[in-house]
Amino acid sequence: MNELIAKLLEAVEFGKIDQKSPYPPQLRGMDGSHELTQQAIEAGIDPQEILEKALIPAMGNVGKKFSENKIFVPQMLMSAKAMGASMVQLKPYFASGAIKSKGTFIIGTVKGDLHDIGKNLVSMMVEGGGWTIVDLGVDVGSDRFIEALKNNPGAVVGLSALLTTTMVNMGEIVSGIKAHVPDTKVLIGGAPVNADFCKSIGADFYAPDPQKAVEYLNKLAS
Amino acid sequence: MKYKSLVINHPEELMFGVAPKPVKTPRGLVIGGGQVYAELNFTLPMMSINNNTLKEVNAHYREIAEGALERAVHLNSKGVVLEFETLLEMTKTPDIGVDIVKIMNEICEKYYLQHGLASEIRLTPNDLREFERPAKQRSSAYLEPMMELFERGMVAGGDLLSIESTGGKEVSDDALMMCDLKGVMFALSVLGVRDMQFLWHKIVALANKHGKIAAGDSACGFANTAMVLAEKKYIPKVFAALVRVISVVRSVVAMEEGAVGPDKDCGYEGPFLKAITGIPISMEGKTAACAHLSPIGNIASACADLWSNESVQNIKLLSGMAPTAYLEQLEYDARLMNEALRMGKMHCQVLQQLLVGSDVYTDPQALILSPENVIRISKELIKGDSYVANARNGALAALDIIEEAHRSGQLKLSDMETAYLPIFRDDLNSIPDSESDFVAMMLPMLDPGKFILAEYGL
Repeated sequence: MNELIAKLLEAVEFGKIDQKSPYPPQLRGMDGSHELTQQAIEAGIDPQEILEKALIPAMGNVGKKFSENKIFVPQMLMSAKAMGASMVQLKPYFASGAIKSKGTFIIGTVKGDLHDIGKNLVSMMVEGGGWTIVDLGVDVGSDRFIEALKNNPGAVVGLSALLTTTMVNMGEIVSGIKAHVPDTKVLIGGAPVNADFCKSIGADFYAPDPQKAVEYLNKLAS
Repeated sequence: MKYKSLVINHPEELMFGVAPKPVKTPRGLVIGGGQVYAELNFTLPMMSINNNTLKEVNAHYREIAEGALERAVHLNSKGVVLEFETLLEMTKTPDIGVDIVKIMNEICEKYYLQHGLASEIRLTPNDLREFERPAKQRSSAYLEPMMELFERGMVAGGDLLSIESTGGKEVSDDALMMCDLKGVMFALSVLGVRDMQFLWHKIVALANKHGKIAAGDSACGFANTAMVLAEKKYIPKVFAALVRVISVVRSVVAMEEGAVGPDKDCGYEGPFLKAITGIPISMEGKTAACAHLSPIGNIASACADLWSNESVQNIKLLSGMAPTAYLEQLEYDARLMNEALRMGKMHCQVLQQLLVGSDVYTDPQALILSPENVIRISKELIKGDSYVANARNGALAALDIIEEAHRSGQLKLSDMETAYLPIFRDDLNSIPDSESDFVAMMLPMLDPGKFILAEYGL
């Protein structure tokens, strides 16, 4: 593996954003993802390779460690920030088509529900997996999901809910989405829902945790 | 902070069923007056709330109250509190919430007249203001229906008034996920305190106007969120324990504004509030596993005056409807504590030792709730001149206790947990005494788009 790619992978995996950032202690004073991405571009490394050989595998490792309870969320968030510092520099290549994302993932907490911690975690992990995120926020009804789908054809949708009185809104939203954009894949998650409920409302996948959402999306993209 | 000394100074005085300032209710419960009562919490099963389902919604609450009180009579209950925690639609449209209070109050009254069973309704409107981001804590149009529900709901029979207010949550949510202790401190000891002063001044005024009981607030959206995240292994347990202690300075503001208890069940900061102010408290532990998991199932009841289950859906179990089943569980726990109270101080201490000893060294969040540690931490929570200083001092005392227990080998912590201990200590030590200095320190570190200072009087 190219040395710069290997260093960038390490920087993102351990959440080293730039040279100045004190975290993580073992990489103190070393270049972070910001500098390393810049160096990789200047060295002529294909931006798609930067994404696929460094950033996505790094976040994959982070997701695996998180699933195995080997790190806490803050470490994962630092990795996401480090990845973000790289993505800023790769943005022009996305715009020009030189890099292709795996797809677009539209996510929101359903109407009547304000809980967004789980949604944000999923959003971050999916982005780390190489997807473009459209985060609609909380208290989102079917009309906004449908509008977002029209603006992002082919996107996959993720619905989150935490209450027994708001999970029912998932059914209405799934029906609305399937009626207007029939081929859309919808995954759901949240404390009160399960695979049976997912099936009953016509959604396509129940994700019990963020990593499972990433795995499902990656299967769709492959 | 107005409190400068503890009402309860000795751990052995921090006991279940007994509070220095008991609360007497209209139907004759004396909460903290030598009895522990069950406080039943419940919610709807999976369903929508709209004009088409209102009859069904009301029927659920009728069934819950009837089922619970009927069972309470059969179990020779000494008294029951029913907590009605409203859902979004019930607060947005106060008529819905008020009708449900009326329905349940009629049932309470029926059981009081027919069976002599004393029961009361704790009315807990949900804080609608969090539907706006950034939150408009003082100018939100959502304040009006919320306060309308408080007033009309108390007139309809909601005698105990509570809320899980959300001032500072817009900052706390991100801070919790990043284990940003300074961010949590800012959310709770600056924004939370200021919002509590604003809100509880209004609630207490309404309660006084109608002769009702301003009970208390819970930092559920802050410290219980931290606890649940720690249970999922998303954040360190040590962090969740510190958030709990920091939340005390925010929740005690309700009492400073005139609330008299019983503090709300999901506020595990209750034992500290009881030590500082002498009010009775509601707590929940193993009986709340229907709503969320926790590491404090037994120890939570060590000084409870009401014993609760957090929330259970009205669904059918093998024994009957779930709220009825949970009422029975709560009653048996309360019966045990009441038997100890009847037999005297020594028996109470033995039972409390069992409740504490079975949990205390299993988790830092349990450790800080032992009566001994509650008193030790509470002394630090009142000795400073500002809420900020008190929150910091309390958290440092909690950190000392956790580190002492870890060093002694009594409390096991993983390497992932212990890695955070020096970080938390450094964070806490960097916090100044004065609120204005702390605000100046924090503002450059926070996303200004997330909150509106003017909405907190800053």
